[in-house]
Amino acid sequence: MRILWIFLIIFFWSNIYIIKGEVRPKAKAVIQIWLGGGPSHLDTFDPKPNAPYDYTGPFKSIPTNVPGIEINELLVNLSKIADKYSIIRSMTHGINAHETASYLMQTGHSPEERLVYPSIGAVVSLFKGYDYGYKGIIPSYIVLTTPQGRFSESGFLGFKYKPFVTGGDPNKTPFAVEGIVLEGIDENRKKYRRNLLYSLDTFGEIIPFSKEFEWFDKCREKAYEIIEGEVSKVFDLSTEPEEIRDMYGRNKFGQSCLVARRLIEKGVVYVTINYSGWDTHSNHFQQMRQKLPELDKGLYALITDLSNRGILDSTIIWVSGEFGRTPKIQWEPPWNGGRGHYGKCFSVLVSGGGFKGGFVVGASDEKGEEVIDRPVYPKDLLGSIYYLLGIDYTKKFPEKFGVDAKILPEIENGPKKGILKEIINE
Amino acid sequence: MEKVKKFVFIIFFQIIIVNAQNLSLYEKENWSTPETEIDKIVFSTLKKLNIKPAYSSSDEVFIRRIYLDTIGMPPELEEVINFLNDKNPDKRKLLIDKLLERKEFAEYWSMKWADILRIKSEFPINLWPNAVQAYHKWIIDSLRKNKPYDKFVRELLTSSGSNFRVPPVNFYRAVSGRDSYSIASYVCLTFMGVRFEKLPEDVKENISKFFSRISYKKTNEWKEEIVYFVPEYKEPIETFFPDGEKVKIPPDKDPRFVFADWLIRPENPYFSRNIVNRIWAWIFGKGIINEVDDIRPDNLPIIPELLDYLEKQLIKSNYDLKNIYRIIFNSRTYQMSFIPKDTSPDAEKYFAFYPVRRLEAEVLLDIICKFSGNGIEYISQIPEPYTFIPPLRRNVLLGDGSITGDFLELFGRPPRDTGYESERNNRINEAQIRYLLNSSDLHKRIQSSLYIKEILKETRWDKKKTIERIYLSLLSRYPAENEIKIIEEYFKKEGISFNQAVEDIVWAIINSKEFLYRH
Repeated sequence: MRILWIFLIIFFWSNIYIIKGEVRPKAKAVIQIWLGGGPSHLDTFDPKPNAPYDYTGPFKSIPTNVPGIEINELLVNLSKIADKYSIIRSMTHGINAHETASYLMQTGHSPEERLVYPSIGAVVSLFKGYDYGYKGIIPSYIVLTTPQGRFSESGFLGFKYKPFVTGGDPNKTPFAVEGIVLEGIDENRKKYRRNLLYSLDTFGEIIPFSKEFEWFDKCREKAYEIIEGEVSKVFDLSTEPEEIRDMYGRNKFGQSCLVARRLIEKGVVYVTINYSGWDTHSNHFQQMRQKLPELDKGLYALITDLSNRGILDSTIIWVSGEFGRTPKIQWEPPWNGGRGHYGKCFSVLVSGGGFKGGFVVGASDEKGEEVIDRPVYPKDLLGSIYYLLGIDYTKKFPEKFGVDAKILPEIENGPKKGILKEIINE
Repeated sequence: MEKVKKFVFIIFFQIIIVNAQNLSLYEKENWSTPETEIDKIVFSTLKKLNIKPAYSSSDEVFIRRIYLDTIGMPPELEEVINFLNDKNPDKRKLLIDKLLERKEFAEYWSMKWADILRIKSEFPINLWPNAVQAYHKWIIDSLRKNKPYDKFVRELLTSSGSNFRVPPVNFYRAVSGRDSYSIASYVCLTFMGVRFEKLPEDVKENISKFFSRISYKKTNEWKEEIVYFVPEYKEPIETFFPDGEKVKIPPDKDPRFVFADWLIRPENPYFSRNIVNRIWAWIFGKGIINEVDDIRPDNLPIIPELLDYLEKQLIKSNYDLKNIYRIIFNSRTYQMSFIPKDTSPDAEKYFAFYPVRRLEAEVLLDIICKFSGNGIEYISQIPEPYTFIPPLRRNVLLGDGSITGDFLELFGRPPRDTGYESERNNRINEAQIRYLLNSSDLHKRIQSSLYIKEILKETRWDKKKTIERIYLSLLSRYPAENEIKIIEEYFKKEGISFNQAVEDIVWAIINSKEFLYRH
């Protein structure tokens, strides 16, 4: 009799599962490469070789290993692995101001709404982090190496859901992660200092029942656990083979990508690499000549390395700025060959975690000024990432935050609309 | 069983107290401060509940506390020495008067106002840097002049003009929506301590009508905006005040004036109550009504007489906010020790001791910067050309919520998105402690501290004098015997130079609870 019951329960349970149309999440983690300032789409993933010189500028495009897809000539390494990522060429939101565009791209919500929403990193680390069974001692949401600055990543979720920001520079030895790796003090002195602190800091004993100080002591214990344990090792790149470090590029961005891989391997859920310097109003082309090879090398290494290690399938990489840049070049002084802000049409790259490789989504016109096919809005992109992670983006935030707010605004799904089904592996 | 537990606890507690030889550094049995009206109310409440109030704080504890609570920084070394040596029985009262007149008083408290008025140039408030600066300066000036609070609020509510030239109009720009509902909700929150969303629908609608004739227009100057009253309407406004009184406003009269005049009346139950409760909470870490910005008929004050008394004092003194600070600071209730004599939850609830709280992010950073002789370089990316803040300016004076730094973010500076008091987070956490224990930035600051160099020059590398000066500067007290002993031992450690030992002592003090907390 009892067996029959169990059987029935399992039967119904599995039915519910099927009815709701849920799939097991494909992605476990996300690496967001944030090209702060807004990179030119024409000079990266949406070249327009047939447009006039005032649009293309000095750069040429090169073919990739996927027939029909061309990208900027400086992205040599990435051209060899176009089958491992897809390019969205019809990203659009129309906002040309950094802060509001950054907010929209990373929350999916219009800046006109009254609430300040959390960024996708905070949302993912809410639903995949400590509140829902994440046990790692490394924080679940990490930012390399500096914070956004333009808006509070945690929004109304509050202080607790802010990312851990490393500070420091992974291209230097040691990578001085603020509060984890301390330069210039040897182990002996560390031990002495710790003893000194414990013998001098007796203030808590005067009010022994203070809950505040009880909590303080717990925090200090945990802090020492982190300083002395596993966590500092994950940031120590000296254990990484030289050729791997070289492959990623010996610069801040490249080594940040390497740290991101190491964090994902340790189970961290969301890593954002804030890679700024793309706000190229003037001397645009000189700056691109310097930045694009860096981006090319680091991103190529990250995708290849994750793929070789078999974790690309469970890790989403998305690469985007807050907007693109004006397709028409401003040659006159003071710009001397510059590009302005452009939110109407730009490109985003996605890879791994259930996103198919080798595809182009949507298209822009022959000058890269207008979306002519399959517009993709920020909520569509973020919704697709949530979907792959198994986060139901149609539901509301938990009641404890005291707001009546949905994870994303309503998404209109349909053929060539909404969630990026065309590049999602089913 | 419970009783036995409690008994064991008490014994344990007393043993610890007896063992803590430094207790006299922190408290004293006899009061030198006279009992005030506040104390009569609080102590009689405690007596009824059978709760013993704490002893008086020691002069060492008092001077540090009153400096932090008035001007947001601890006293200078000489100020501590002079105060401890002063034999005048009225010295606490005199010090309070002096501190309330310091310019840093206005600077420190402008920070709280900037939090609740949501001063920030970017998303979601979008005041824009020029307006932020004008608004922030206006607040500091108002506090410095001790502008009567009713006048202060009236200016905020009724001003019209340019955001650059008439700073208080920015009140109507520091809202994330510019419809009358959003404005009304913000007015209720700021000046009545009421959550708009919890009011009945018809009350909401009635209040928002007072703010339905505000308009905004751009000028030729970049990002300048005029806030003004639209007189073109033909229809009068018929609505009700939050207390239910009916009012009809002719179309040529700015309804904001009508609302402001209703709000700042002495008999208005919301107005004075909100501000005295907030000030109490700013000083004691929690209000007489909690949360301070969620006042409802079913959210009752902990000690109603206390709130009544403060309200009356505010009205009687013509809305003199400094006077409220003054009477609170002069009370025994405020000057009590942080060491409770009763550990029941009620003791905390009814203000039977001074509650310890972690220093605010900006205050903590101010001390660290001052001690290292090296400030933080803040740069704002908006607009181009960038704004640079002079590095040695106090962090509490950082008027723009959009200009921030890693330390401030880590230690819970509010983003100034909502104006809720709860946005500021003064709770310690693991990451903050990790920073204090192990940050290269902090280490470098201590290592290159000009302040320490100065101390060493004065003491000529005399160990005992050096220890004394460090304690006086960072903890506002002399070191105890046992502390000197521990530190002298540390100087003897092998492989640690004199300078390194000094660095480590400073590091240990900065990491100590006594330093990190108001107490």
